[in-house]
Amino acid sequence: MPVTTIGPIQVHVDAEGFLTDYDEWDERLGTELAAQIGIEMTPAHWQAIRFLRADYPEQGETATLRRVSTLTGIPIKTLFDLFPKKPAKKMAYIAGLPKPRGCV
Amino acid sequence: MAKTRRLLVLGGGTAGTMVANTLRRRLDRRQWQITVVDQNDTHAYQPGFLFIPFGGYRPDEVVKPRRRLLARGVDLVLGEIDRVEPVADTVVLADGQRLGYDYLVIATGTTPRPDQTPGMLGAQWRTSIFDFYTLEGATALADALRAFDGGRLVVHIVDMPIKCPVAPLEFAFLAEAYFRERGMRDRVELVYATPLPGAFTKPIASAELGSMLDERKIALEADFMVERIDEDTKTLISYDEREIGFDLLVTVPLNMGADFVARSGLGDELNYVPVDKHTLRAKGHDNIFAIGDASNIPASKAGSVAHFAVDVFTGNFLAHIAGRPMTGSFDGHANCFVEAGDGRALLIDFNYDVEPLPGRYPLPHVGPFRLLRPSRVNHWGKLAFRWLYWHALLPGRPIPLPAHMSMAGKQHQEPKE
Repeated sequence: MPVTTIGPIQVHVDAEGFLTDYDEWDERLGTELAAQIGIEMTPAHWQAIRFLRADYPEQGETATLRRVSTLTGIPIKTLFDLFPKKPAKKMAYIAGLPKPRGCV
Repeated sequence: MAKTRRLLVLGGGTAGTMVANTLRRRLDRRQWQITVVDQNDTHAYQPGFLFIPFGGYRPDEVVKPRRRLLARGVDLVLGEIDRVEPVADTVVLADGQRLGYDYLVIATGTTPRPDQTPGMLGAQWRTSIFDFYTLEGATALADALRAFDGGRLVVHIVDMPIKCPVAPLEFAFLAEAYFRERGMRDRVELVYATPLPGAFTKPIASAELGSMLDERKIALEADFMVERIDEDTKTLISYDEREIGFDLLVTVPLNMGADFVARSGLGDELNYVPVDKHTLRAKGHDNIFAIGDASNIPASKAGSVAHFAVDVFTGNFLAHIAGRPMTGSFDGHANCFVEAGDGRALLIDFNYDVEPLPGRYPLPHVGPFRLLRPSRVNHWGKLAFRWLYWHALLPGRPIPLPAHMSMAGKQHQEPKE
C-alpha cells in the first residue's frame, strides 16, 4: 500500500489517493486533504464530513450522496455547491474514507 | 402436540415465491404454516419488460397469477401492507387485518418512483417521458417507439442502485438496432445519461460496455445526477447545471424499497432493509430476514442474485429454526445476460468481491456461454431463461448452477484505461 505525505503527516492511501486506514485521519488532516482538491473547509463542509466519519464504522461503507442528504438534511444541491462536480467522491476523499461504490 | 409455527413472507415476486416454495418442501406441513402477502395476484416476469417496447413480447406473455405459481400448502393473502410491528411479531394490513408470525421474510423488492424527481410525473409522463420497468410503461413505450420519427432519444438513470442495472444499457443497444432495422438510424441521436462515472459500475465491464456504446455511436453523458425535468422545454437538468434536451426520454426513475418498510422503522434512506450481507438477517432482529431487492446488500438487484441468495438462505433458515448457527455465507453472486442487439448478448458473472471478467460459463473453457463478449448463444440463453423462470426457478426446482461464484473459466485482466 503506498504511503504519501499530506502536509506534515504520513498516511496510507490507495492508487487514487483515498486513505486506506480509518484511524489515520483527524480533522487537521481533513483540512489538508480538502485544500489539496481546492476546497476550503467551512462549518457547512464539516457537517457533511463529520456525518460521513460517524456513519462509516456503523455501516461498513461510505455513505452515498443521497444517504448524506437524507440523514443530515443538507440538500443534494447544496452538497454540489460545497463539493463541486463530484461531491460523493470529494467528500469521501476529504473524510479519509474509501471511494463510495457507485453500487452494482 | 407442538404449536404450529408461522412463516410469513411479504411479497410474492421472484424472491418471495422462491422462498415460500423452497421452504414448503423442507418444512413439515403439520408444524409450519407458510403465508405469502401481496397487494395483487399478478406475477410479472420482469426481465421480459425489456423486449416489450420493441415488440418482442406481448404483455400477456410475461404475467401469470401469483396463486398458480405458489406451491400447494402456501397461503396467499391479498392486501396492502401497512406496517410490521417487530416487537409484537405482527404484520398489520391496510384493512386492519393482523397477521402474526414466528419468522418474517421481507421480499417486497424495489419500485421505480417517478414521483421523486420534480417534473417527471407531469404532462410529459407517458407522452414523451417513459419508463420500461413497469408493464404499463413498457407497453406505452412500444407505441411511442413505433410512432417516433426521429430526434434525440435519451436513455437515463436517476440514481443507483436500480434493479437489473444492465437493463438501461440493453435498452440503448436494442434501440440502436431497432432504428437501424427500420432504416432511420441516421435520424435518431442516442444519448446515455448516467450518474455513474462510466457505462457500468465495475471497471472491466464498464470499459467493455463503454466501447460498445462508442461503436454504436451512442453518446455517454457520465456523472449526470438529475435534479429536475423541465417539462416545457423537455430538458433534463442536473445538480451541476448541465442540460440535456430530449424528444423522447426513456428514464429509470429513482428505485426505492416499499414505504411500509420505512413506516416500520426497518429501512435505510431508500427503504431498503439493512441486513447482514452473508446471512440476510435484518440487523437487530433475530427472526426477520430480507431477501432479493428489498435488502441493502451491496449486490445487483436482480433475480439471479435472489436465486443464489435463496439457495444459501434455505440452509441457514433450517439451521436457525433448529437452534443451530447459520453457517452458509452468501457471496453476492450475480449473473446477468446483457442484450447487445442484432440477436447477440453478453453474459456477466460476478459477486461482492470479483467484478465481471471475460471467460466461459458455467463450464470452464467450454461454456456454452461466453462471459463479457457478445454471442448468439448468450442471446438464446436469455430467451430460454423465461421458460426456466416459470418452470424451474419459481417452483424451487434445483438448477445446476452453484450458488457461489467460481473463478474457474474466468480470465484475469487489467482494466483498460
